[in-house]
Amino acid sequence: MADKEFDQGKRRFLVAATSVAGGVATGAVAVPFVASMLPSERAKAAGAPVEADITNLAPGEMMRVEWRGKPVWVVRRTTDMLETVKQSDAKVADPKSARKPGELTPPYARNEYRSIKPEYLVVVGICTHLGCSPVDKFKVQAEPFEADWKGGFYCPCHGSLFDLAGRVYKNKPAPDNLEVPPHKFLSDTRILIGDDGTRA
Amino acid sequence: MAATEKQPVTGAGPFNGFLTWVDQRFPLMSLWKEHLAEYYAPKNFNFWYYFGSLAMLVLVLQIVTGIFLTIHYKPDAAQAFASVEYIMRDVPFGWLIRYMHSTGASAFFIVVYLHMFRGLMYGSYRRPRELIWIFGVLIYLCLMAEAFFGYLLPWGQMSYWGAQVIVNLFNALPLIGPDLALWIRGDYVVSDATLNRFFAFHVIAIPLVLLGLVAAHIMALHEVGSSNPDGIEIKKVKDPKTGHPVDGIPFHPYYTVKDTLGVVVFLIVFCVIMFFMPEFGGYFLEYNNFIPADPLKTPAHIAPVWYFTPYYSILRAITEDFMWVLAAGVIGLAALIVSSMNGRPARIATVVGAMVLLAGFFSIEPKVWGVVLMGVSVLVFFFLPWLDRSPVKSIRYKGTLYKTALAVFVIVFFVLGYLGTETVTDTRTILAQIGTVLYFAFFALMPWYSKLDKTRPEPERVTW
Repeated sequence: MADKEFDQGKRRFLVAATSVAGGVATGAVAVPFVASMLPSERAKAAGAPVEADITNLAPGEMMRVEWRGKPVWVVRRTTDMLETVKQSDAKVADPKSARKPGELTPPYARNEYRSIKPEYLVVVGICTHLGCSPVDKFKVQAEPFEADWKGGFYCPCHGSLFDLAGRVYKNKPAPDNLEVPPHKFLSDTRILIGDDGTRA
Repeated sequence: MAATEKQPVTGAGPFNGFLTWVDQRFPLMSLWKEHLAEYYAPKNFNFWYYFGSLAMLVLVLQIVTGIFLTIHYKPDAAQAFASVEYIMRDVPFGWLIRYMHSTGASAFFIVVYLHMFRGLMYGSYRRPRELIWIFGVLIYLCLMAEAFFGYLLPWGQMSYWGAQVIVNLFNALPLIGPDLALWIRGDYVVSDATLNRFFAFHVIAIPLVLLGLVAAHIMALHEVGSSNPDGIEIKKVKDPKTGHPVDGIPFHPYYTVKDTLGVVVFLIVFCVIMFFMPEFGGYFLEYNNFIPADPLKTPAHIAPVWYFTPYYSILRAITEDFMWVLAAGVIGLAALIVSSMNGRPARIATVVGAMVLLAGFFSIEPKVWGVVLMGVSVLVFFFLPWLDRSPVKSIRYKGTLYKTALAVFVIVFFVLGYLGTETVTDTRTILAQIGTVLYFAFFALMPWYSKLDKTRPEPERVTW
């Protein structure tokens, strides 16, 4: 046996073929394991819309509603607050909500106040930087993070600032305005969050 | 057949017979000799050489305390926080085991940072020890993953929001980011699914990898032999009769005894912290983590645990304006590389690489670059063996340039670490940006300053 000439070409081919077949099989076996870590059917189904009752929401105040595990803020803005939104046009990065229109701002909120009714702002309270929930700083006063503060939201994690329409200030870590979730008014005092009648 | 030819074990008194029986069936004596009794380590190890063995001690401590914590802990979003409090209040000595584990986590990083600093000082990463260093950096990465996954388990406010921020780092990556973050979380937000899998990573997946890497780290070390504060190879001068290095002494008993002393001192300090200040002023256990996770409200001040804060500072330092500084840095570095390299292909590759980076800086948002630079700031350690061009290894024979660079690097590491624990202000951001520049300059300019540096000749034999 040992004296016999080996067909090296054949041997190399068989080794390569076996390796490739083994590699493909290993890769295929990895698929179910990798896929098992994706959101489960239960997690996918848990995204039902929620209703917010705004009867007791006083002007200048905000409430938090949980939708898909995220905080959604409903802010009832006063006329003064709406005025500050206009004033901050020059300070914000995307005043007209032109970026990523389909994702961040539904068509009915693509206006200066980013809302259906100017009085009520509905946004997902998750910073577009790394997902912290910004803090409401509604008072117009000098703040450590901004001397000429007109009121809005301050993210404690990385210092991003948002105005009272959830629009991000320029030169801050967060790249985008706060997301406006799909929502609609069921009546004057009830808002449905997560369903605006246009999307499933 | 080989078994019967082996010499019987001697010197173990009444156990000689039993050990001989084992040795004929298992490489007991050869392992013992190779790694302990006849592993010749340089005789001039100093204080800085304690931290390798201490890291092993803490690893064992973490594994043992971790096993006992899993006996009582519940990886369930509805029960996790309460089960940790149950361990703290109702389980006999549960508080001790948990504080051992939480103090151990910080101790692990202290010991590992000192161990790495030793490497930086004495050039332990230099040829032929590049692989030891690479395994070491991999261990460090595993340790970071282990700490991150473990930090979610108590399901406090910092656990929750820390995980939220770090997982969202992946979200920032172009194209695959959002899907990758979703895959890691297993849900659209950090939730029970996330907690459950982080538990699996923390208690089994990462520790297994970690143990394998530690074995590889030590095997590679024992293959080439330990370095020493002089950074010279003791294998160059061997006793002609025995063939052992003249400047080497057997690890056992000499260094087992020395390391035992280190263990005793370490445990004293460890116990003082564990018993009297386990929270360590909010640095080892953050105050906000004593509040159960609330997905609707981020605490007013969030910061990672201290061992991550230097990198966290780098992440926060990358703003829109800072991209110009980065661009200037890339242009400067590219010019330096081009001017000191011969050969057209390398020069063209450098210019093309710099152009691609510059285009990226101004077309991809700064947030992405923050994440990228944070990653690079850790991964850059891998390249150290090839960045250092000094003719000598140890800081003892290096010149003022390297000494200054290392001192600045250490200061910057501390300053960035401090800034990472604080809230953002304009001044702090500028400080963090200066720190970030210096941090990267230490590595990026090393090929030049380590070469320019005025070194002194290394001795033939080790000194003290």
